[in-house]
Amino acid sequence: MALITASGVSKEYRTEEVTVYALRELHFDIEPASFVSFVGPSGSGKTTLLNMLGCLDKPTAGTLTVAGTEVAALNRKESAAFRGKHLGFIFQDFNMIPVLTVSENIEYPLIMVQNVAPRERRERISRMLEAVGMADQGGKYPHQISGGQKQRVAIARALVTNPALVLADEPTANLDSQTAYAVIGLMKKMRDEMGTTFIFSTHDTKIVGEAEVLFRLVDGRLAEKEVKGGTTHA
Amino acid sequence: MRNLFKIAIRNLIRYQRRTLLTASLITIGVVFVLVFVSISGSFKSLMIGQITDSMMGHLQLHRKGYVASIDNLPLNLNMKPETYRKIEEMLASDQDVAAFSPRLKFGGMFSNFIETTNIRLNGIDPEAEFRTVPLLSARVIEGRPTLGRGEILVPALLAKGMKLRPGDPVVVVATNADGSVNGMQFIVSGILESATGPGGRDGYVHIGDAAEVLRMTEVEVSEIAVRIEDFSGLPEVMTRLRQNIRDDGPQQKGQAALEVHSWEDLSPFFNIARMIDVMTLFIRVMLIAIVLISIMNVMVMAVYERIREIGTIAAIGTPPGKIRSMFILEGFCMGVFGAAAGVGIGAAVIALVNLIGIRFNFGQQKGLLLKAVLDPLDLMVVSAIVVAVAVLASLQPAVKASRMEPIDALRHV
Repeated sequence: MALITASGVSKEYRTEEVTVYALRELHFDIEPASFVSFVGPSGSGKTTLLNMLGCLDKPTAGTLTVAGTEVAALNRKESAAFRGKHLGFIFQDFNMIPVLTVSENIEYPLIMVQNVAPRERRERISRMLEAVGMADQGGKYPHQISGGQKQRVAIARALVTNPALVLADEPTANLDSQTAYAVIGLMKKMRDEMGTTFIFSTHDTKIVGEAEVLFRLVDGRLAEKEVKGGTTHA
Repeated sequence: MRNLFKIAIRNLIRYQRRTLLTASLITIGVVFVLVFVSISGSFKSLMIGQITDSMMGHLQLHRKGYVASIDNLPLNLNMKPETYRKIEEMLASDQDVAAFSPRLKFGGMFSNFIETTNIRLNGIDPEAEFRTVPLLSARVIEGRPTLGRGEILVPALLAKGMKLRPGDPVVVVATNADGSVNGMQFIVSGILESATGPGGRDGYVHIGDAAEVLRMTEVEVSEIAVRIEDFSGLPEVMTRLRQNIRDDGPQQKGQAALEVHSWEDLSPFFNIARMIDVMTLFIRVMLIAIVLISIMNVMVMAVYERIREIGTIAAIGTPPGKIRSMFILEGFCMGVFGAAAGVGIGAAVIALVNLIGIRFNFGQQKGLLLKAVLDPLDLMVVSAIVVAVAVLASLQPAVKASRMEPIDALRHV
């Protein structure tokens, strides 16, 4: 069963004078444990789509099902609960909580969202720090580590709750290419180890090749779906 | 909750300068209020103590109509002996009454054989009077703080004007109830420091001598000064006494023949005391305004500066209630910090005031020592107000933060 099913998903923004179509009639499925990328130029609708997959925004038409839930039907509180339970986020600007240490940033969703017991929290944090290669940096504050390290922490934070899906909007945009490859490599490794589906958006052509499934967006339309080993036109 | 506190405190430390400035403002407000409340409260208590313990007693009983004409010291409105005996029994059996003193008040001519002037006198039973107004003896600035038959305590201003010293003979001449005049010689036993308020410039003679001057066959009583065991229970004792007098006391035309007045009814200082209370209230309102505006300002800024952060934690799945709590706790912590620092510094300032020993004059009373006392109740009330207002001030920004759409917040630059 597909983890994500989009059927006729559209998103339009209306002003008094003009209607802007951010996404038009998207149809796609994403299987569990996939490593997926949405690519396209600026304004193609990547971020809008990721926001909808992340229950941060709702489609104006069509149905979008994530982990068996029709996300458009969720209210604010239910959306927050759904995100906390099923989703992880990696942001372009890392979005660390500056007053918390690396360990505490990773711990944050376990306390504030999932209410995990202290002992289990410690175990999970330790495991995640180890997995992202930050085991010796747990006590540092975000301003004391590099951009690449921050993104590693963000990956750990996104995965520590064992989500079904991790959404990463331009996760490498603020990183040099070497670090960008390392971050994508880490995401892939975590997918392999944990079976979590990763969806990231990018317009970086070098990074695109790392995705196993590639959706190309042009002007809000799904122009192409590329699966490693074969391409289909949407 | 512990983690919410941790985040709140770290966020306050994060904006150290702003937090310190705001907390300092609250601290200054709390110090100001505590010092003001403490000093004004102590001044009020001291003055009430002076008034009640050196001349008035806590409450007084008079025959109906006497207080209205008290300036004339009317002899025809005295309590008759049988009336006094009845009240005496009632007061003696009342457990809340610590002491009471009958007074026979009259006006007369006062002469040192060279000069003559007017005087207002209280005929008292010295033992009962000193028990009822224990600070009276402290007002004797020259001579003996005792009063025997044939002796008189003369108010200081009169003694000064007539150049009287203890041991000097004087004559008091008074008009009696029947209109005749009588005189009696006294020896000055002591000079009384004048006190502010009604009765503060009266002289004292023995009640037996007063009755003799006034040619009374039996001692009549103009007023009964009463001291109660617990001053804070004055309203309850007043109510009960009034009830008892109405039910069991002497009657006049079907109504109680006696009136009960508290010191508040009789002393003009009560209005000053009320003004002090009103000023204290205004000072508290000012503190509330300071805390409300400063915390609200800081919290609005905090929310505005951390919009993206709010977006991040909301996107991660933090429930709106927890986001709200996070900001409310920041305001709470700032309130607690400001109140705690204010209480500490306020207590130190009050201790310093007591160490320096501020003396002041009140009317004729000179060099009264102000002993500022920090009432634990005031301390708790002021702290509670600060913390409650801090939380209240954080509510609006906190609610705003919790209602932010994560997608909009994340887009914020």
